[in-house]
Amino acid sequence: MSTAVEVLAALLLLAGSLLAVLAGVGVLRFPDVFARMHAATKAATLGLVCIVGGASLLIGNPGDVAKLVLVAVLLFITAPISAHMVGRAAYGAGTEMSDHTAVDELGEHG
Amino acid sequence: MNTVTDICIALLILAGTLVLVRLVRADSIADRVVALDALLVVIISGIAVDAAARRSGAFLDVLVVGSLVAFAGTVTVARFIERRGAR
Repeated sequence: MSTAVEVLAALLLLAGSLLAVLAGVGVLRFPDVFARMHAATKAATLGLVCIVGGASLLIGNPGDVAKLVLVAVLLFITAPISAHMVGRAAYGAGTEMSDHTAVDELGEHG
Repeated sequence: MNTVTDICIALLILAGTLVLVRLVRADSIADRVVALDALLVVIISGIAVDAAARRSGAFLDVLVVGSLVAFAGTVTVARFIERRGAR
């Protein structure tokens, strides 16, 4: 395996782990459920995709790479769906929003 | 390369700890679901980093199953919240 591929894989793994830390900070520090969902869904998904890319560069066996790509595709499909369902359910159940919320389109239009 | 994967595992442990703190100090069920979902993504990332460190695909099936279970669990609890309320 060439050195350039290993360096690229290492960079991808590090970027993914840093994105996971950012997602953790966001989930801990953001003011309400709706803001926390952004960190948990987008940053963590991009981080996992970076890590999966780095791992598939390092492993290299086609069957294993197929499984890793399957995980990335599954996450890309399911993360928006589950975030949307949690957000809709939390809004419908009357979860309180942060004071910094600027626009509440669901509330304005009934 | 092993140093890199060790650093990655340490960062992921930090991320998981932050998410766990939010999971314990949550305001509502929706909060806990979001935190649990994020925690599962961090765990899946950790298994992927471990597979990269060992250059072995033995645990990749766990990744696929884990991502599916995370989705099914989140959707189930979301429907539960919709029916029963956020407390």
